[in-house]
Amino acid sequence: MKLIVAIVRPERASAVLEALYRAEVRGLTISRVQGHGGETEAVQTYRGTTVKMELVEKVRFEIGVSESFVEVTVAAIRSAAATGEVGDGKIFVLPVESIVRIRTGERNEGAVTPVAPATA
Amino acid sequence: MSPLPPLTPAADTAWLLVASALVLLMTPGLALFYGGLVRAKNVLNTMMMSLGAVAGAGLAWAAIGYSLAFAPGQGLLGGPDHLLLAGVGLEARGTVPHLLFFAFQGTFAVITVAIVSGALVERLRFGPWLAFTALWTVVVYAPVCHWVWGGGWLARLGALDFAGGTVVHVNAAAAALVAALALGPRRDWGRQALLPHNVPLVLLGAGLLWFGWFGFNAGSALAADGKAVLAFATTLLAPMATLAAWMALDLARTGRVTAVGAATALVVGLVAVTPAAGFVSPRGALALGALAALPSYFGLLARARTRLDDSLDVVAAHGLGGVTGALLTGVFASAQWGGTAGLLEGNAALLTRQAAAVVATALWSAAGTWALLRALALVAPLRVAEPRQGRGLDVELHGEEAYGTGEGAILVLPEVATPPLRAADRPLATAGSGAGV
Repeated sequence: MKLIVAIVRPERASAVLEALYRAEVRGLTISRVQGHGGETEAVQTYRGTTVKMELVEKVRFEIGVSESFVEVTVAAIRSAAATGEVGDGKIFVLPVESIVRIRTGERNEGAVTPVAPATA
Repeated sequence: MSPLPPLTPAADTAWLLVASALVLLMTPGLALFYGGLVRAKNVLNTMMMSLGAVAGAGLAWAAIGYSLAFAPGQGLLGGPDHLLLAGVGLEARGTVPHLLFFAFQGTFAVITVAIVSGALVERLRFGPWLAFTALWTVVVYAPVCHWVWGGGWLARLGALDFAGGTVVHVNAAAAALVAALALGPRRDWGRQALLPHNVPLVLLGAGLLWFGWFGFNAGSALAADGKAVLAFATTLLAPMATLAAWMALDLARTGRVTAVGAATALVVGLVAVTPAAGFVSPRGALALGALAALPSYFGLLARARTRLDDSLDVVAAHGLGGVTGALLTGVFASAQWGGTAGLLEGNAALLTRQAAAVVATALWSAAGTWALLRALALVAPLRVAEPRQGRGLDVELHGEEAYGTGEGAILVLPEVATPPLRAADRPLATAGSGAGV
């Protein structure tokens, strides 16, 4: 089991959702976040005040998956989120100690994506 | 009816001053209406399209457009007598000062081109838009304005357009249709749901539009008289009927009454009563308003199934609403109330003249808009590049965000000459090393 955390551009979030759906990855959480990677700061001006925006709007995906889904999920996110420009974001794959599905009490592999991708 | 006692010209001037301010308020009202309907990343650009029209169309109107519409000319176009406001002073035009008549008409020119922006939001570059507002006002709007209100051929034909159902709404909607086709759809059109980001803003905008519309319609009597009162009352009644009919349609079709639908219904009712305002009876306005809901309601549903990205449904609301209103003016016109009989009173010829005015205006507007956009596209690209559409036009074109939190913003200090630090104010590190100042 792994927890996949992906930080992507807000304008690519819909495409990422679609790619995950096509890859049959089910069950995810997204949140709007602000962060800073290596991108150049955008300059904004409000009346006489000029500012550089250090923090950029991003969308964070959190997806718990079984081992066999890790590469599928990473590939789906990368294919949909990449534009080639600095600021496309990152994907982190983290080990998970245990997972519980609240409704049923199922644990670990039983509580996330199926053990094998249906298309594999 | 006992006739209304005549009021003095001073009352006419006072009312038209107020009415002009009311009509001007419709443009920021439209900015709110359109702004709420787009995505959060494009709201400032969308609202700036309406505000930009105040400068672009307003100045072009003062410099050239007003003269082409209202200076003495022939059937198709006015003359050059009032170019750059020459000869527009405090002398009487009708019962009001000429300068006031100009100002009142100027507020119409501004809102008309601002309406067109609804078909072009979320993808048009701002510079070409500003150029378009100025050029369209002179090339397309001013001639149509002359045809109907400047003593041109449609006025001589006897077509009725009390406050601009044809001049403003059919004209703007035909331009919107052609411009949406010429510009192409938004990057995400047909791939993502493009939803309104702030429905309360839409409702606020609709409310301000209705408020301003009393100046638009009742002011078009150009006097504080019974005709203005009739136009005021029909402007109150028709949208009520449209709203009721629209809510009934919503209820019958989906079981729910929607807020965006209700705001749209108000605009449709206002558009439809615009040509009829001073010509139909109050009861006629109720019937007209209710009937006007039908074409626009089903037009909206049909448009969503086509490839036409008329983003904020200018064609369905202003086009179908305007055409319906213009034709129903020919049906419901009342000799007793407005001086001209319509179809219901046995005058079928009026309906034909109304149809002629609609067709002529739509064709002229479509052709002129197409030519203008083709010419503009030769000078500069019209569309915002797709990656920039993705990031949003507010940040990309204007360098601002509508709903930024201010977090992560690093102040860039202005590079102006700052007075040298006094010794006591020097940072410690430099004070000790002697490297200060």
